[in-house]
Amino acid sequence: MRDSLLRIVSLVRKEVLALVRDPRSRVILFVPPLLQSMLFGYAATFDLNHAPYAIYDEDRSAASGDLVARLEGSGVFERVATIQRSSDIARLIDDRDALLVVHIGPDFARKLSAGQKTDIQVIADGRNSNTAGTAVAYVSAIVDGFNADWRAAHGMVDPPVTANVRAWYNGNLETSWNMIPGLIGTITMLQVLMLTALSVAREREDGTFDQLLVTPIRPAEIMLGKALPSTAIGLIQATIILLVAQLWFRIPFAGSLLTLYGGLIPFVIANVGIGLFISSLVANMQQAMLFSFVILMPFILLSGLATPVANMPDVFQWLTLIDPLRYALDITRRVYLEGATLGQLVGDLWPMILISAVTLPIAAWMFRNRLS
Amino acid sequence: MSEPADTAPVDAAPDRVAGRMRRVRALIVKESRQIMRDPSSIALGIVMPVILILLFGYALSLDVRNAPIALVIEQPSAMATEIATGFRLSPYFEARTVTSMAEAETLMRAHEIDGIVHVRSDFARNVASGDASVQVLLHGTDANTARIIENYALGTIGLAAQRLSDEGNPVAGNGPVKIRSRIWYNESGNSQYFLVPGLIVLIMTLTGAFLTALVMAREWERGTLEAIFVTPVRANEILLGKIVPYFGLGMIGFALCVFAAEVLFRVPLRGSFAVLTGVSMLYMLVSVGFGLFISSVAKSQFVASQIALIASFLPAMLLSGFLFDIRSMPVALQIFTQILPARYFVTLLQTIFLAGDIWSVILPNTAVLALMAFVLFAATLRATRKKLA
Amino acid sequence: MDVARPAIEGSDIVKRFNRAGGELVTALDGVSLTVNHGGLAALVGPDGAGKTTLIRLMAGLLTPDEGSLSVLGIDIARDPQAVQDRIGYMPQKFGLYEDLSVQENLDLYADLHGVTAEERRKVYPQLMDMTALGPFAKRLAGRLSGGMKQKLGLACTLVRAPDLLLLDEPTVGVDPLSRRELWEIILHLVREQGLTVLVSTSYLDEAERCERAIVMHDGTVLAKGPPRSITEIAAGRAFLATPPEGQPARLLQARLLNDPGVTDAVPQGGRVRLVKASADGDGPDGVDVTAVEPRFEDGFMALLHEAADPGQTASLSLGRKERRRDGETVVEVSDLVRQFGPFTAVDHVSFAVKTGEIFGLLGPNGAGKTTTFRMLCGLLPASGGTLRVAGVDLRKARASARQRVGYVAQKFSLYGQLSVTQNLEFFAGAYGLSGRRRKERIAWAMEQFELAPLAKLPSGQLPGGYKQRLAMAAALLHEPEILFLDEPTSGADPLARREFWQRITALAEEGVTIIVTTHFMEEAEYCDRVIILDAGQVLARGTPAEIRGHAPDNEEREPTMEDAFIAIVEEARREHGRPGERSAA
Repeated sequence: MRDSLLRIVSLVRKEVLALVRDPRSRVILFVPPLLQSMLFGYAATFDLNHAPYAIYDEDRSAASGDLVARLEGSGVFERVATIQRSSDIARLIDDRDALLVVHIGPDFARKLSAGQKTDIQVIADGRNSNTAGTAVAYVSAIVDGFNADWRAAHGMVDPPVTANVRAWYNGNLETSWNMIPGLIGTITMLQVLMLTALSVAREREDGTFDQLLVTPIRPAEIMLGKALPSTAIGLIQATIILLVAQLWFRIPFAGSLLTLYGGLIPFVIANVGIGLFISSLVANMQQAMLFSFVILMPFILLSGLATPVANMPDVFQWLTLIDPLRYALDITRRVYLEGATLGQLVGDLWPMILISAVTLPIAAWMFRNRLS
Repeated sequence: MSEPADTAPVDAAPDRVAGRMRRVRALIVKESRQIMRDPSSIALGIVMPVILILLFGYALSLDVRNAPIALVIEQPSAMATEIATGFRLSPYFEARTVTSMAEAETLMRAHEIDGIVHVRSDFARNVASGDASVQVLLHGTDANTARIIENYALGTIGLAAQRLSDEGNPVAGNGPVKIRSRIWYNESGNSQYFLVPGLIVLIMTLTGAFLTALVMAREWERGTLEAIFVTPVRANEILLGKIVPYFGLGMIGFALCVFAAEVLFRVPLRGSFAVLTGVSMLYMLVSVGFGLFISSVAKSQFVASQIALIASFLPAMLLSGFLFDIRSMPVALQIFTQILPARYFVTLLQTIFLAGDIWSVILPNTAVLALMAFVLFAATLRATRKKLA
Repeated sequence: MDVARPAIEGSDIVKRFNRAGGELVTALDGVSLTVNHGGLAALVGPDGAGKTTLIRLMAGLLTPDEGSLSVLGIDIARDPQAVQDRIGYMPQKFGLYEDLSVQENLDLYADLHGVTAEERRKVYPQLMDMTALGPFAKRLAGRLSGGMKQKLGLACTLVRAPDLLLLDEPTVGVDPLSRRELWEIILHLVREQGLTVLVSTSYLDEAERCERAIVMHDGTVLAKGPPRSITEIAAGRAFLATPPEGQPARLLQARLLNDPGVTDAVPQGGRVRLVKASADGDGPDGVDVTAVEPRFEDGFMALLHEAADPGQTASLSLGRKERRRDGETVVEVSDLVRQFGPFTAVDHVSFAVKTGEIFGLLGPNGAGKTTTFRMLCGLLPASGGTLRVAGVDLRKARASARQRVGYVAQKFSLYGQLSVTQNLEFFAGAYGLSGRRRKERIAWAMEQFELAPLAKLPSGQLPGGYKQRLAMAAALLHEPEILFLDEPTSGADPLARREFWQRITALAEEGVTIIVTTHFMEEAEYCDRVIILDAGQVLARGTPAEIRGHAPDNEEREPTMEDAFIAIVEEARREHGRPGERSAA
């Protein structure tokens, strides 16, 4: 028992030293998580800011001017052109100069003053239909505001029913609040899985793995010796991203750190398990790298990071059950934004523990019994 | 220096061209055999595209359908029933009725539902006085889904209100200004239409930059180049021997994607196939060039693959406008995307697939890609010397 | 061709490298040399002398920092391609494409060199015949044995007749049979086609066959001229000494090496060959010596001793009280079989090793030596038969049984990023050493292997000889009873090999059982008993003297271990057909 502990400590120390002594490894530990969380944090958003739009105001009345002012004042849209002819609309959209063209007809103010209904035309570039839909929704909200004020100013009756919408956990419905906590799991997985898979593949390529196998070290000890440092690295990287989310992006943290790490630890271990499992199958570093990548892509895509799991067909939803990231995303988002407690997360915790319980022993067994 | 006379005829121009062709062909044959024999190259070059096609085509969707919501109707009334029916019949919602707000909130906390539509007990009374409101609570964690649900909910409530007013109730609509919106190129707002063509970018970047960087770095690392260098082969021939096979592999991925897009997912191809193929070939060149450039700088597999991931794959996924619109990004980031080849290719793909052969888009973007290809190859050629260390 | 100018002409060449730490290392320090057209020139010298750097400069793969170098009359710095179009170059580690077959590798180089189909029809059969690779044409290069890979590398280099052939240690890791075959190929080319060849080697008998030898040391040229001129240095200083009855020659050799009056000593044919420090000096005390003709190796060793600080002689002590306990069997192998698919790598091998013995496994490349080793160490399951190492089968026994063995792999396999100290600390922990014991053992290793000055250097950056020492130190930290050494001296220079065997001799004296594979047949002289394997079968077994008895009679000189080895393997192959052809079928 004492010897076993001593051997594991030696293995862990060796792993840590190898990482710390190699300047390249040091860089790879800290720079990518930092870089990726910043990049993702800014880029991965479905919210619109400064969306280019063009106005085609045939009316040029006070009322239409008011509406245009509201569009400009929203901060969402930024005018890139003022159109004079309807034939210009197509060019602006086709050339991607404008995401949106708002067309106000010549009798806009006249109809309004007459108490009649009128409409404005909104043309959106649907090459990215998600962005287009969001843009139209923003315009729609602005027009709603215009309507309410117009009705109040002109003594018109409000609609019998209005909707009073309130969002829990993310009052302004900012996608970055959803995306950035999601990155804690995603980037950690990307790094941990690949580094773990590579570490054993490198030892095989260098011949040091054989050297390990002729010492009294047991496969389970090798497994622990690899898993413990990798887990620590994973948690450090997760912490870096967590700090970026809180200190840089200033996304309020609703839950408890203890709960968050309580969820992250089994997640990182599950990744280590998958990484070691891959490494027990491959022959060299190139294969380790490519195979872990081929596994990572579907895991990330199916996790619900960019598109919700609920939108997927059943078959794919079943597939997500073996994806540790799916559970990790649920945990990080719920702890981060909703303040969920460990008790509420049991459903996410046990599948990850199960994944570790399957992959780690198989990997340890394969260390010695792999067909050569 | 005295050139040996007897070697002069061997160096005659036609022979030189023939020699060059033979050497390049030999290197291509060698590389293709290696690709075919290495399961991991096939996994990345062929299996991965198929997986991605299936995922992007069938699994990933930003379109909300059947969002689970709870209806809490504290006192039934004609209006309340009208609203509830609206939600029940909507294809966007999977509405269930619960009896109390407390129960609904429990469901929401467990994230079993994405939203609550709450009709208070004083609703009917307020409708009569023209000042009724329906409370809509959204689960905001997934902000994008929440916003889509919000719009659908507003629409559903608005329709219900309109039906009542059409039936002669003395109320105005929520006008006076209404929006007639048209989403060009993708009227139905089908997210597959942009996800599946966008895949081409991902796959070409993977085989081009990632795989090429890796295999070239492997040659440096394993010392296979040392003996090759001391032969009549030129540095540019060695590069060409890498470019052609991985270009071919990338184009196979391209063919798979186009086939899937057109046959499986029925994405319209409004531009011409020839233009699509042409710009894709150009991007593949840029991508392979980038991979070779990376490996000429970082001669280790590990470092090369990390650089390739961070500098080519992640930007292609995140900053190219394939998934997230560049126009939504902070200005600094938008400026940064200008140096990313993937950005220009995504613009081209989305345009050619959904909008058509719009030359005012195709020409400038193609020109930028061509320039990038030229710069990358020039830099790689400069950096690749037949020297060790 | 411009015959007037020498094939290679270099003057005052200086080449420096940046080591990882930013330290500037001078690999070549003012080297001048000339190699004329036609014939063989050898480049010899210990590890780190700058041989590989010099050859790479000639091949245009590096550019000299100072001085000039012209190859085939072309300034290599100015127009490397013109040289590369005309020379053949075989690097030390020939980078074959392991996932291509033998034929495909050959075709690639033929295409790159522009060999026409007609020429191929002529050259291929010759190459295949010379290298005996014919039956393996379809086999993937990655699945060839080390020697076969070297031969394929040479074949790839020789697909067309170059104007100049540069060979960098072409016979490292190659067994005597293949080595002889490789040399036959080279000599044939020199004789028949008038090829100019420059070969670097650490086999001094190979240098003896060349017309010219260039001895390098520490980035400079120590001597150049016909090998005879270097042999002359030891004139009148070479002797043979006979050990006392019943004692292995290695003990006498170890004693002689410690004698200040002796420059060099190696076991040879049951006796010890020695080179005295000076011709007129007194002989070593109490030893009867007979004068013999000096050979190249004697002159080379004498030359190196003059040039370099001879250093301390290597000794080794585990510091144990117990002495050898003869007679007890510690390793027992019977009917051991290992199959890889249809291919039988180890075919009913049996042998037993007693405590304190040095036991050698000899055999050509691909004979099954490494496979046997891996099974003994528990790295590979056996397909049949039984294994007992210290009473257990290491593959099935409890992990703690491995406490009793040490293993040094063929390739340096310690953690390259970790420093010397950190590597030792790790293996100490792996073997369960802790506290004071751990400190003591690490201090022991540092002292015994003289590693202290380099303790902080990452082990990957150690000079070759020190890597070997560190690997040994790591394998001995836990004082194993049995030490497995897989080709420990492959690629090592003569100095390092002497040092290594001195340590092994000392270990065996302390009762450590040593099982070793080697390609250097003269090293079999250090063993108590050897077996010779080929195609997975034991062809001969016995003491070195018994093995030598198999050698054919030779009028000119005493038969060597190598003669015997070649005779045994060739006879077996004549009887059974070539082993490879069976396995390739």
